[in-house]
Amino acid sequence: MREFRYHRAAATADAVALLAADPEARPLGGGTNLVDLMKTGAERPALLVDLRDLPLDRIETTADGGLRVGATVTNSDLAAHPEVRRRYPMLTQAVLAGASGQLRNMATVGGNLLQRTRCGYFTAGATEAAPCNKRAPGSGCAAVAGEHRNHAVLGASAHCVAVHPSDMAVALAALDAVVTYETADGPGELPLTAFYRPVGDTPHQETALPPGALVTGVVLPPAPPGASRYRKVRDRASYAFAIGSLAAALDVRDGVVREARLAFGAVASHPWRARRAEQALTGGPADAAAFAAAADAELAAARPLPHNGYKLPLLRDLVVDVLTALTEEAAA
Amino acid sequence: MTEATSSVITLHINGTPHTLTVDHRTTLLDALRERLALTGTKKGCDQGQCGACTVLLDGRRAVACLQLAVAAEGRAITTIEGVADGDRLHPVQQAFLELDGYQCGYCTPGQICSALAVLDEHAAGWPSAATADVRPEAGPPALTDAEIRERMSGNLCRCGAYPTIVRAVARAAGAESEVVA
Amino acid sequence: MTTATTAPAATTPATPSVGASHLRVEGRDKVTGAARYAADHPADGLAHGWIVLSTVARGRIRSVDDAPVRAMPGVLTVLHHGNAPRLKEDFAGTFGPDATTRILQHDRVPHAGWPVACVVAETPEQAREAAEALVVTYDTEPHDVTLRPGHPGSHPAETTAMGPGRTEKGDVEAELAASDIVVDAWYTTPEEHHNPMEPHAAMARWEDGRLEVVDSTQGAYATARDLAQLLGLDPADVRVRSEHVGGGFGSKAQARPHLVLAAMAATVLGRPVRIALTRRQTFSLIGHRSATVQRVRLGAGADGRLRALDHAALSATSTVHEFVEPSAAYARSMYDASGHRTVHRVLPLDVPTPTFMRAPGEAPGSFAVECALDELAERCGLDPIVLRARNEPAAGPVSGLPFAGHRLADCFTEGARRFGWAGRDPRPGVRRDGRWLLGTGTAASSFFTGAFPATATATAHADGAFTVRIAAADIGTGARTALTQLAADALDVAPDRVRVLIADSDFGDAWVAGGSMGTRSWGWAVRLAARDLRDRLASGAGIPPEGLTVRANTEEAVRSLAAYERHAYGAQFAEVAVDPGTGEIRVRRMLGVFAAGRIVNPLTARNQLTGGMVWGLSMALHEEAVRDTASGGLVNADLAGYHVAAHADVPAIEVAWLDDPDPDDPVGIKGIGEIGTVGSAAAVANAVWHATGVRHRDLPIRPDRVLAGGAAPVTAAPVTAAPVTAAPVTAAPVTAAPVTAASVTAAPVEQDRAGHR
Repeated sequence: MREFRYHRAAATADAVALLAADPEARPLGGGTNLVDLMKTGAERPALLVDLRDLPLDRIETTADGGLRVGATVTNSDLAAHPEVRRRYPMLTQAVLAGASGQLRNMATVGGNLLQRTRCGYFTAGATEAAPCNKRAPGSGCAAVAGEHRNHAVLGASAHCVAVHPSDMAVALAALDAVVTYETADGPGELPLTAFYRPVGDTPHQETALPPGALVTGVVLPPAPPGASRYRKVRDRASYAFAIGSLAAALDVRDGVVREARLAFGAVASHPWRARRAEQALTGGPADAAAFAAAADAELAAARPLPHNGYKLPLLRDLVVDVLTALTEEAAA
Repeated sequence: MTEATSSVITLHINGTPHTLTVDHRTTLLDALRERLALTGTKKGCDQGQCGACTVLLDGRRAVACLQLAVAAEGRAITTIEGVADGDRLHPVQQAFLELDGYQCGYCTPGQICSALAVLDEHAAGWPSAATADVRPEAGPPALTDAEIRERMSGNLCRCGAYPTIVRAVARAAGAESEVVA
Repeated sequence: MTTATTAPAATTPATPSVGASHLRVEGRDKVTGAARYAADHPADGLAHGWIVLSTVARGRIRSVDDAPVRAMPGVLTVLHHGNAPRLKEDFAGTFGPDATTRILQHDRVPHAGWPVACVVAETPEQAREAAEALVVTYDTEPHDVTLRPGHPGSHPAETTAMGPGRTEKGDVEAELAASDIVVDAWYTTPEEHHNPMEPHAAMARWEDGRLEVVDSTQGAYATARDLAQLLGLDPADVRVRSEHVGGGFGSKAQARPHLVLAAMAATVLGRPVRIALTRRQTFSLIGHRSATVQRVRLGAGADGRLRALDHAALSATSTVHEFVEPSAAYARSMYDASGHRTVHRVLPLDVPTPTFMRAPGEAPGSFAVECALDELAERCGLDPIVLRARNEPAAGPVSGLPFAGHRLADCFTEGARRFGWAGRDPRPGVRRDGRWLLGTGTAASSFFTGAFPATATATAHADGAFTVRIAAADIGTGARTALTQLAADALDVAPDRVRVLIADSDFGDAWVAGGSMGTRSWGWAVRLAARDLRDRLASGAGIPPEGLTVRANTEEAVRSLAAYERHAYGAQFAEVAVDPGTGEIRVRRMLGVFAAGRIVNPLTARNQLTGGMVWGLSMALHEEAVRDTASGGLVNADLAGYHVAAHADVPAIEVAWLDDPDPDDPVGIKGIGEIGTVGSAAAVANAVWHATGVRHRDLPIRPDRVLAGGAAPVTAAPVTAAPVTAAPVTAAPVTAAPVTAASVTAAPVEQDRAGHR
């Protein structure tokens, strides 16, 4: 870790100006990912801009009945907020499924969105024999021919098969959340589903944020009708990243699916909104066969690697199981 | 905007202010251990992956290894050294002691600090990943063994003393249900 | 009660301390953060070392460009093979010759993560940055890190830490051919790492002509003796202490690079130096358990009585030093057969040197053998406990020696009673709880009982207090407390009158905390010293102002122990739930019943045995170091990638024990540090079979493996025609869900691994 300057920003404009002025500046939220990345050499900032004092730590109801969540709201506060629990229970479940109580107390919403992959080649520090295009663009991806049991089955490229580790972002993708940001040129926003760039041949460019942009928060539109749930599968019962997860909301009336929202986690470089599955479900029967067919419709595009094909039956099972449970919940 | 890579800061630890100059790279964990002789907080992984360095920041549990010291200025920090009331152990400490909620003891300060926060978080009505219904209408979850296990999962214990740790947390919560064999 | 007027020394406690629960004597220090571990000791002028590890798996160091790094802020020195102090070349320490100690002595790189330099700086932050900045170039050579049978580089192991490499009696092939039922199965276990919560750390400094060291070691005396030899110093000039050690599990029994380099740097710089390994560094510097590939062949009559037992185990070692994981030694005392063969092969690879890890050999070996026994029980249509009862050996199957106690069957009987085993439906895959398939499994457990000579002193003070000194280590075992109880009983006083000081090499020779022999070996010496002291006081010896001290050495007593098969035994039980749709496994409960000699402190013993079982659970379901073949390094060398069981994985665990006296042993302790780990992974794996109908012979049983293996179809209605002697369930997966393109693509995962055979 090299020496760096530290500045605690007093106002958002202050932070934005510093980040815009110095490409080696990084915003510091909870630090749970950034400080670790600095220790492993994946990040070597010259300046940390501490966002702690900024007025971005609030959760407010929007005019249309949604919620505006500030970027520095901690994961814990987001999960525990009564309105989140009441209206977006899948979001609370997703946040609580991630990390540990300690880390959730520190980690922020903005930092959660911007966290980097836990691909072992990336975290270990790439070497000549085990290169990583996120560490050294153009050097290659060791995971494709190497260890990739928990790597992408959807949307990956030969340049990178890493998955995004967030649980929270999976729920946000299903909820049509919008990420707001601020730049020196003014504010902007990106739907969460457009926030992450496709992998392509530039896997080190992970988001569509303009250079120097500071994420200021997330806006949740009103909750989709029906019940919602987040289900995560991992190698141990807690305190582990997903090997497959599903955020789902389902509106069922009279046995017919009126609206469905599905997003997969741990399958791609970003939360995977399963629109094909949603289309297949909408207007159809709410039964196991239809749920399975919808999952298959989405997974038809999957290109598993030799050692991660298990994710497909896993996700298919999650879709059937969770949607069945949500259907039963609606009927109850 | 300064060009400095170190700062003079004051850390409020266990009710006592400590003023020191820190390299910005210094984590709260290293500041406690290397600069302030508060070595009760342990370094198990230095990556937020084991919980051994758990302290309380403004009353909430946090891993000191990922907390930069310079960014902890102004926050109330409680370490294991500040948990007991003088010679009188905190009930959580007492329960760990009596129920043998440890073996090697290295993860213990972190387990205890984490347990303190678990009790507070539960009292505040926070749900966990083990909570079946997270909606506020469902009411606060009972602090079952399954809830304790989930909430304590950020604290690894390689000796495998988990069962006695869970019992100690339950006892401290006044909710011990299992009979001690 | 009359008023007590007797002198303190004459007070005799009404009840013995041994056998009664006693809080850890250092418990208060542990819950208040006062207990000091190796990296917790301050020193004036302390400098911090940071080790630089090789990034290539094999080759030679071409250059170490230390000049720019020496100019960095705070940097005091950069040690590397070109300038480091020379160590004794033919080092042969406590565990024999070991070239892994040759740190910075040559330019050869034997594996990824080999120490190639050490940067010492004023602060840890400076040392880390300088170490990261150091440019080391290499001439690389092709490497090989993959353990696989049939590798031309493997060879038979002549010897292992648990006896000869090979044993054989009778005609295995003939007995197999004559058997009614043959189980022939391959089992694999992955590379596993100790991961004690305390990463290894040492601080070294010269003080009054002595090298004073605080190290995270399981054996202060052995470490001091080995370090002195390495550095070419008089043993009297090296002192090592390790008052508190944050777990070891075998990884802290030897002089490791952090210690050697701290001593070197302190010598070069003339000031105190501490080196604390990072978690990631521990994955290549402190040993690990090799992956194993094991083939077990059992031949039995229709009644389940074994005619043939053939266990062949392959493990990896480094090119630096041969360590053989003694997996095949397990059956040498457990099961007899007319044809009986146990064989080890070892394959040197470009990987770090493996070492002893909790239940070395017994953990992976019992997984293979106890799973194979379960398969045999299934094939014979016998209850697994009945099968084991039918195969109780009359004497040591290989040694021919009589057993000094063999209560395995009693453990099973008591365990079956407590677990509710009676009436268990043997059919696999027929119990459901919602999505979960339920199953139960059992396995035997055993660990040998040994002792090493030790010295101890006991001192009587004029105020009626006693001090016992022994270079024992308490790595979480409760040894300090157990020794206090043993000393108190030997002195006929209450434990609060006895202070036991441990973990100081100046206290004399004592065995390390290892092999489940620590407390037995130390307790013996403590008891001898304390008894001698008590007898002297009883015969009227006066107590001078400096106290009356007696010294005991158990060399003679230990050597004169009669030859027996001495083991602790246990019966392991587990109940698991398996979600066949997601592959998740949850252990719902575990039970272990042990016959493990005299239990000194029930409170800590229960905890330690439980912890051993947690290791078995963790081994069965979670632990696996994943090595990248291209780079030769690990891709999961941290605690987020290398999963050990967390709180949420561990259910309520019940532990019980039987009286198990050994009249031949004055202390009666058998050691309980490892037996909890033996057989517990097999019990879990056998329960997974019982839940799903699929045998998982490769650990860990990950969700993807469960999915690839599938599960026997489960019907809600009671299954009718499934007699106990049903045809064996084949290894071919039967998928419950309709086969999709996805499940087809999942299959190569297992095929690929099978191809390793």
